[in-house]
Amino acid sequence: MHEKTFRKACADSGLNPFLCEIANLREHCSWVHEDIVEGTKKAIDLVRIAVERVKRNVPLSPIQVPVTKKALVIGGGISGIQASLDIANAGFDVVLVEKQPSIGGHMSQLSETFPTLDCSQCILTPRMVEVYQHPRIKLLTYSEVENVEGFIGNFKVTIRKKARSIDESKCTGCGLCVQKCPIKKKAYNEFEEGLAFRPAVYVPFPQAVPNIPVIDRTVCTYYQTGKCQMCVKVCGREAIKFDQEDTLITEDIGAIVVATGYKLYTIDKKPDAQEIKGYGEYGYGKYKDVVDGLQFERIASASGPTSGEILRPSDNSVPKKIVFIQCVGSRDESKGFSYCSKICCMYTAKHAMLYKHKVHDGEAYVFYMDIRAGGKGYDEFVRRAIEEDNVKYIRGRVSRIYEENGKYIVKGEDTIAGMPVVIDADMVVLATAITAQPDAVKLAQTVGMSYDKYGFYNEVHPKLRPVEVSTAGVFLAGACQAPKDIPESVAMASAAASKSLVLFGSDLLEREPTVAKVNESICAGCFYCQKVCAYNAIERKEIKDRQGNVVKVIASVNSGLCQGCGTCNAVCPSKSVELVGFNDEQIYAQINALG
Amino acid sequence: MKVGYYPGCSLTGTGKEYDLSLRKVASLLGMELEELNDWSCCGATSAHATNHLLSVALPARNLIIAKHQLLNEVAAPCAACYNRLVSASTEIKTDSAAEREIMELLGDTPANDINIINIVELFEKIGKENIASKVKVDLKGIKAACYYGCLLVRPPKLTNFDDAENPVSMEELIKAVGAEPVEWNYKVECCGGSHSIAHKEIVVDLSKKIIDDAKLHGADVIIVACPMCHSNLDMRQRAIKKEFPGRDDMPVLYLTEFIGLAMGLKPKELGLNLHMIETKSLLDKAEIKG
Repeated sequence: MHEKTFRKACADSGLNPFLCEIANLREHCSWVHEDIVEGTKKAIDLVRIAVERVKRNVPLSPIQVPVTKKALVIGGGISGIQASLDIANAGFDVVLVEKQPSIGGHMSQLSETFPTLDCSQCILTPRMVEVYQHPRIKLLTYSEVENVEGFIGNFKVTIRKKARSIDESKCTGCGLCVQKCPIKKKAYNEFEEGLAFRPAVYVPFPQAVPNIPVIDRTVCTYYQTGKCQMCVKVCGREAIKFDQEDTLITEDIGAIVVATGYKLYTIDKKPDAQEIKGYGEYGYGKYKDVVDGLQFERIASASGPTSGEILRPSDNSVPKKIVFIQCVGSRDESKGFSYCSKICCMYTAKHAMLYKHKVHDGEAYVFYMDIRAGGKGYDEFVRRAIEEDNVKYIRGRVSRIYEENGKYIVKGEDTIAGMPVVIDADMVVLATAITAQPDAVKLAQTVGMSYDKYGFYNEVHPKLRPVEVSTAGVFLAGACQAPKDIPESVAMASAAASKSLVLFGSDLLEREPTVAKVNESICAGCFYCQKVCAYNAIERKEIKDRQGNVVKVIASVNSGLCQGCGTCNAVCPSKSVELVGFNDEQIYAQINALG
Repeated sequence: MKVGYYPGCSLTGTGKEYDLSLRKVASLLGMELEELNDWSCCGATSAHATNHLLSVALPARNLIIAKHQLLNEVAAPCAACYNRLVSASTEIKTDSAAEREIMELLGDTPANDINIINIVELFEKIGKENIASKVKVDLKGIKAACYYGCLLVRPPKLTNFDDAENPVSMEELIKAVGAEPVEWNYKVECCGGSHSIAHKEIVVDLSKKIIDDAKLHGADVIIVACPMCHSNLDMRQRAIKKEFPGRDDMPVLYLTEFIGLAMGLKPKELGLNLHMIETKSLLDKAEIKG
């Protein structure tokens, strides 16, 4: 961090900044040693080493690379939408890639949002439309990023646009095909979290952007038997294209914003992941009225399967007693994940409140471990649920849920009273953990990001560089980095957008000149360096004679990608790779200075 | 096929019929049980409630015997023994300080690759197809509530059951012999365990709930895999009856006894006559003569 300051001082005095060398006496000596005499000896050694090194330093100038001023945003949830709009409104092109047929993400599924209880759809939909209409945003829904090559300012991205089986240029979104599809209510409805069904040709939800259907080939009769074609008959625009194929699109991109969001942990049986043991005792998947947080959002939503009436999925009756269980999977090292999912305390309070607002004589119980309501207006919100809406909070865990005569017997513990509690509930809502997307690791490998053991992407510095990843030019937004609520996701998205805009502010990008360099005359072309390079910076270069015949193939360093780690330098058998500013001669001289 | 056999104390006392039926069934299924020579108590609840080292050393002693008999797999039909053997073995394997202590104390340590299996795993090893092929008595229509209790499935880190809170492996075996497992709610609840002696009222309360739930879900019989569970559910039914008169008896059978019945063994050969609660209602329904 301080090197920059001193290099700048050098430059100000007319010296090449790369002739500046620092003997780090503070971190390497005075802060870590208690013995003053020995410490001073070491300090003298460190200075001697630095002197030997600086004697052999050569003037260097930064590498300059051009910048493509176009951003790729991966994920069209609220984070991706916000980042896209910010970048586009600043006057730069954006390619927004969304895996699902519509943008909107999880926020579009929510009923109301905490702590203000405003309608999620109402505040989100205008943003979605803005994205669709923005002249600078190229929206690619039902598409996935397949490959990323290149480096900061100069990425080449391949995107797979999956076949919708609908000609987007012809479709007007009239919805006739959806209405007439004979597979009316058979396919699993992802948007309604399995609480309703959808036809084979569908628009995920009425406010979808774009309002263009997609045919689910796994359930469509035509793809199963070759018959039906009802949609073809009713479509007046000849927009149904059964033979449509996936297409690959390549884009030149300068900056990438990753905003792929989260997935709610499904707890029905022991999941595949080894560290998770599952919660068989809660009967999720076995009992219809034991639902997860997103399912309850749909039940409470005016656009949901019950039109906003709180009804049990099993028999459509109004539940008179609901038990909400927090931390299902979160903060549970023995069965789930050790992290806190952060949003559940708030959304459970919201759920309980929404229930009480709709079922006045209903009873709502919440089992919690701690109430974590840090945020503007958050604790007040929880207090409101407890004090005004009379939601009963019980501190303790639930050990078992089972069905008895149409009731769900919830056995738990009240750890404040020190007593076991049994509640005969009509419905149970589990606040299940937020987890990384199932294909998060795959995308991390495609884009070049590191991730933690749960699959959340790692930022470079948890405090001072929270939206950057270790690959330059790639930024994070939203819950793909860690569990987050909407305000935080939006703030992070704007931060990621502004980081991209910083990049787009200059035409040329300066890179540190301390990168590897190949001595072409002695490189034998063994490509050991290529095998060990973590940044894919080693390329093959053909050396030709005057007639244009290839004489030999040697390694060449892409200075845009090289991070100057020196691994190639260490493994090169012919010592033909040199790290500029860290050459062998300097290192030997430093070692000798110690003698 | 051959496995080491660690009966444990209960199977020589209150759970005699468990040992009896296991040996009969195993021999019919071609599974040779080689009993550990001079085996000793696993320490059960008493040891780990009083002295941790003892609770590891007692099972370790038995596992060392298995090593000397060149047995790399030991079946422990008692759920508590199984639990203690697995816990001790894991501790010695993963904690070098514990391993050293055992070495000092016993002059040897258990084999690292020792595999300890419970009764359900033993039958799984024999194979469901193999068991199904030996079925002689039609048990169709017999509804069985499979009761796992606490120690067989917990702690999940050690036992590695299909799902510690909602296991189904015993049900699979019941299906293999032609009977019908019932869906019920108390399959992994506690029966009260060793409180049976000092706090009978706890066991009466807990065991009553288990039996009632099995009844509510239409079970003709409760199948157990633990001598402690058996003694609580079977023996304490009289005490439950005393407090809540007018109840019907619920037969409680060991998994081995039930499989034995399906294989055509006589109730007496399997030790059903040693139960406190009559098994006649079950035998009548299955049309098995006593």
